[in-house]
Amino acid sequence: MLRFVALRVGRALLTIALVVTFAFVVLRLSGDPALMIMSPDAPPEALAAFRKAWGLDEPIWLQYLRYFTAILQGELGQSFRDGRPALQLVAERIPATLQLTIPALMLKVGLGIPAGIYAALHRNSAIDRAVMTFAVAGFTVPSFVLGLLLVLVFAVQLGWLPSGGQESWRSVILPVISMGLGGAGILARFTRSAMLEVLGQPYIRTASAKGVPWHQVVRKHALPNAAIPTVTIVGFMVGTLMAGAVVVESVFSWPGVGRLMVVAVSNRDLAVVQCILLLVSATMVTSNLIVDLLYGVLDPRLRGTAPAGGGH
Amino acid sequence: MTEPLVSIRDLRVAFHGLPALRGIDLDVAPGEAVGLVGESGCGKSVTWLAALGLLPGTATVTGSVKLQGQELLHAAPSVLDRVRGGRIAMIFQDPASALNPVKKVGVQVAEALRLHRGLEGSAAEAEVLRLFDQVGIPDAKRRIHIYPHEMSGGQNQRVMIAMALAGQPELLVADEPTTALDATIQAQILDLLRRLQQETGMALVLISHDLGVVAEMCRRVCVMYAGRVVEESPSDELFSHPRHPYTKGLLAALPDMVGPRRRLEAIPGGVPEPWNMPPGCAFAPRCDRATPECGAGLPGFVPVGPAHQAACIHVQPATVPA
Repeated sequence: MLRFVALRVGRALLTIALVVTFAFVVLRLSGDPALMIMSPDAPPEALAAFRKAWGLDEPIWLQYLRYFTAILQGELGQSFRDGRPALQLVAERIPATLQLTIPALMLKVGLGIPAGIYAALHRNSAIDRAVMTFAVAGFTVPSFVLGLLLVLVFAVQLGWLPSGGQESWRSVILPVISMGLGGAGILARFTRSAMLEVLGQPYIRTASAKGVPWHQVVRKHALPNAAIPTVTIVGFMVGTLMAGAVVVESVFSWPGVGRLMVVAVSNRDLAVVQCILLLVSATMVTSNLIVDLLYGVLDPRLRGTAPAGGGH
Repeated sequence: MTEPLVSIRDLRVAFHGLPALRGIDLDVAPGEAVGLVGESGCGKSVTWLAALGLLPGTATVTGSVKLQGQELLHAAPSVLDRVRGGRIAMIFQDPASALNPVKKVGVQVAEALRLHRGLEGSAAEAEVLRLFDQVGIPDAKRRIHIYPHEMSGGQNQRVMIAMALAGQPELLVADEPTTALDATIQAQILDLLRRLQQETGMALVLISHDLGVVAEMCRRVCVMYAGRVVEESPSDELFSHPRHPYTKGLLAALPDMVGPRRRLEAIPGGVPEPWNMPPGCAFAPRCDRATPECGAGLPGFVPVGPAHQAACIHVQPATVPA
């Protein structure tokens, strides 16, 4: 078990290191930050001074080494734009993003999983078909289209809710719905198929054959098995808590991490982009790690222990 | 025959309108061992899954299944939950997939104890240990805490049997209990079933495609073909004097244990598909004795000896009254 955990943690750290490296390579190959910040017709002396000030004149491998060791020391650099620490800039935006993504996640899980279970238990019923139609619609309509549609109806036509900004709790409703519905649809579909798969297994028939009432068969025998594939999808959704709101934040002019990223990328604000990527990848990697560990809890076959039985 | 424990009358099952069982009549007496043989797909398992209401909702089931006078077909779930595992227990072909992979085997057996005998906690654990001991699982104290994947197929089948015994059933339906196991383990499991049947006095229905297994275990055998019982007989009588051409064909396909070696004879053709059932006798297209009359209607049972009957219009009725 310890070996299992150590292996997974090691892999998680390696993934983050790769993301950090990748961010450096892509951002440095895609344009000269000095030109982006200073504008291409800045005097050469000014460009040189800018490069010197930010260490951009040094060999690329040395820059990478500096960058990497700095990150290891928790030093994420300063924004080219306003000179403030990148970490601080990003950290300021995190609460606003979580204000949208956490309720959206709750909506996905709270709506998607029960709908999927219900649909599976009433397969081919009218409600099953309705849930699946909704689910397909939910994840084929992009969140920004749904967002704009919701704005049109509830903000512009009916005037019930604000169309953007971050004034009150009512501003949260439309962005959360536009993010959450699609995820709920995906989760409903996955949960339904996981449940159907499990309900067709011989051990479900065994449970019924030994006299377990149907509601207990579902709760005690089917759900724990169907949870295994479902946890994968929920884990992925948890992983996007930081980065999942880029489009919706832009649609609803929400001052979160996503919008900061859009601005920083177009400005080649290296330190800020790197900081956000680090944050996003760390969230994703952490949630994957938790999912991996949860598998071990949910499914004894994945605990990696040697068979204890044997013989007849 | 004493009053039957289970009495099945004209049991018919269809999946999406296609017949799988075409009228089964079968009685099981208390404490008796009955064999149900036939090729795969002939309806052996479906008969008992239907009797216990374990078929999926797509199946249409008609007829009657009575447990000491109590109708089981379309009975209320609360009635069926008491019967399943409590009065009629069932074990299945592939024990590895028949046990829940995420639950400890001891817990799965204890669940049956809680449902049918109200045992919980340490009393339940003590009884699980006793059952494991009874079905021959060594080192039971440790084994109750492991998962199905940590056990061999034979051990899993012993767990299934322990689970079936937990409710102290009057009838155990063993659906191909040894098909998925190695030959040596097969013999051990069959020995165990025979011993348990003698110890507990429960009735046993052994579903198998293996005539040898059934002959060894059961005093009475029903041969099924294409959703019907075609011959019913005491097992020694069936082997010495098979009457239905299908039974004869099955026996001719088995090697003899004694006597000169001979070429084994396969039955030509295959079982007709449910959507392609011939009128009359379903075996007629493969039968070397078939005549045009065979297609005229479903052949009824002809008594051919004491407790021996065959559904064929060409067999000679017994001269002695059955």
